[in-house]
Amino acid sequence: MSGAPLLEVEGLTKTFRMRRRLGRRQSDVVRAVDGISFEVHEGETLGLVGESGSGKSTTGYCVLQLLKPTSGSVRFNGRELTGISRAELRATRRELQIVFQDPYSSLDPRLTVEQIVVDPLEVHRVGDRASRRRRVQELLELVGIEPSHAQRYPHEFSGGQRQRIGIARALALDPKLLVCDEPVSALDVSIQAQILNLLNDLQERLGLAYLFIAHDLAVVRAVSDRIAVMRRGKIVEVGDADEVYARPQHPYTKALLAAVPVADPRRMREERERRRAIRAAADATADAAAP
Amino acid sequence: MALLEVTDLRTQFFTRHGRVHAVDGVSFTLDVGRVLGVVGESGCGKSVTALSLMGLLPPRQAAIVGGSVRYDGRELTALGRRTFEDLRGREIAMIFQDSMTSLNPTLSIGEQIVEPLRRHLGMTRRDARRRAVELLEQVEIPNSARRLDDYPHNYSGGMRQRVMIAIAIACRPKLLIADEPTTALDVTVQASVLDLLHDLQREYEMALVLITHDMGVVAEMADEVLVMYAGQVVEQAPAVELFDRPEHPYTEALLAALPQIEIAHARKQRLAAIPGRPPSLLEPPPVCRFAPRCAHAVDGDRCLAEMPELREIRPGHLVRTFHPSSERRSAPVRVGR
Repeated sequence: MSGAPLLEVEGLTKTFRMRRRLGRRQSDVVRAVDGISFEVHEGETLGLVGESGSGKSTTGYCVLQLLKPTSGSVRFNGRELTGISRAELRATRRELQIVFQDPYSSLDPRLTVEQIVVDPLEVHRVGDRASRRRRVQELLELVGIEPSHAQRYPHEFSGGQRQRIGIARALALDPKLLVCDEPVSALDVSIQAQILNLLNDLQERLGLAYLFIAHDLAVVRAVSDRIAVMRRGKIVEVGDADEVYARPQHPYTKALLAAVPVADPRRMREERERRRAIRAAADATADAAAP
Repeated sequence: MALLEVTDLRTQFFTRHGRVHAVDGVSFTLDVGRVLGVVGESGCGKSVTALSLMGLLPPRQAAIVGGSVRYDGRELTALGRRTFEDLRGREIAMIFQDSMTSLNPTLSIGEQIVEPLRRHLGMTRRDARRRAVELLEQVEIPNSARRLDDYPHNYSGGMRQRVMIAIAIACRPKLLIADEPTTALDVTVQASVLDLLHDLQREYEMALVLITHDMGVVAEMADEVLVMYAGQVVEQAPAVELFDRPEHPYTEALLAALPQIEIAHARKQRLAAIPGRPPSLLEPPPVCRFAPRCAHAVDGDRCLAEMPELREIRPGHLVRTFHPSSERRSAPVRVGR
């Protein structure tokens, strides 16, 4: 982690206008992301963790410019992404890719695995037909899908395998940063571990950086160098992963960690009251801070 | 005293391709006021077990084809529809994962709590309404008297799950079956809903069957744990014993695959993934169902030739495997990949 960050987000804000309610002159504005700043360096993973509605996915979409930020800046590789033309954005997309949550709906069921993985190569006119084909074989191998299954359709694969296919597609253009939006939350524990290991291996081999967005604190911990905790559109705590988990500073981070049930029945029983107290304390600070 | 006694329960789904043995010989007993955790991954048969107990299998698509379910001395599998309806909601209640589809969006919350009170307990409208307010208070819904006339969409996910609990406990059931009751909730909301369930279970002395995929939730709530894999019980033990001394290779692997929040340098460690995936339950062969993924099954092993029986390896600790951890002499012979 040295030199200029790969991704630099500053004062990012995204507001949504709610439908006007009866009898109100003005429509309500929701600040989904409220002036947040963070960095992701080359080859590192920043885990962005928060509960539903915290703004973590919106942040991911704003980074990718799939949503237009209301204000603030998103610099990738030294280049400002907000407000650039579609053509310029397209060039940047080669280096900035996404892995979606749902391996069932994010793959077109009418396309073969090869057609799915080759698509970004065709869109960006990379190589010729034969070299693209070789590249697809290489990518499938890389993510642990039998290359001879390239002519099969998504429904012939399990959830974990589909997520591998989604990762292969995201890797096709040799990106530097992958935004992973809840990539394992639809998967069973035994399969989830396979995908988390794969993401760690790929990072080591390819020097990828991840912005890893998830609600599950244990999952985020397994892949992240640093952690940012989001709540109600703001980052309440950011730091080295081991540090944040061992010594959380913000009451909300403490409450989140205290709420995770651990696979240890003795401790869960002994600590029931202590856990309740930590959550109550965080609720009290939240109510005081609420508008 | 055994309140619920399930013996060799077999439930099958009838599909174009054949019969799916979704629940394949499940047995357990549950005593009054105790909590049984049923844990397993998608497709292991845990939810189908719950639906079978409740008599809520989709007609024509699935049926109990064998075994018995005895509740308080009565055989439930032979019960008529009307009799079952009288029992359900009154003595046996259920909470599902998805409160948005379990609650009726066109009825107010109050109407939905009042209904079982009037149907099962014969309360007058006025008494039932008063009781509904108390119930909402009990599940910690603020301003309960005012919130009674709101509709489900006015409630948040956590609040709706509390309403589901209020409806479930309305008639003081002896048995509550909760199928992934907190899976759709945020982790802090889950914690408070679990606390609530824990308190109510104690207070009402309800027996609770808690179905979940989450080992942490099981550890928090269960007295006794049933681990299911591919339609069968593969391990059963008191909670502390199960987590201290897991015997089945699947239980061990499942615990090892869990990412931990309290581990230093988590980033440097590899998670112990379980290779492969569960088998198809379409007419499965009579061999160990975990063998293809098991780190301890070797070529020519018994596991690939016959089905291990569920046997008692220590008092109260049952396991279905030829390779329980306490009987293994050496390190794993073949490391699955």
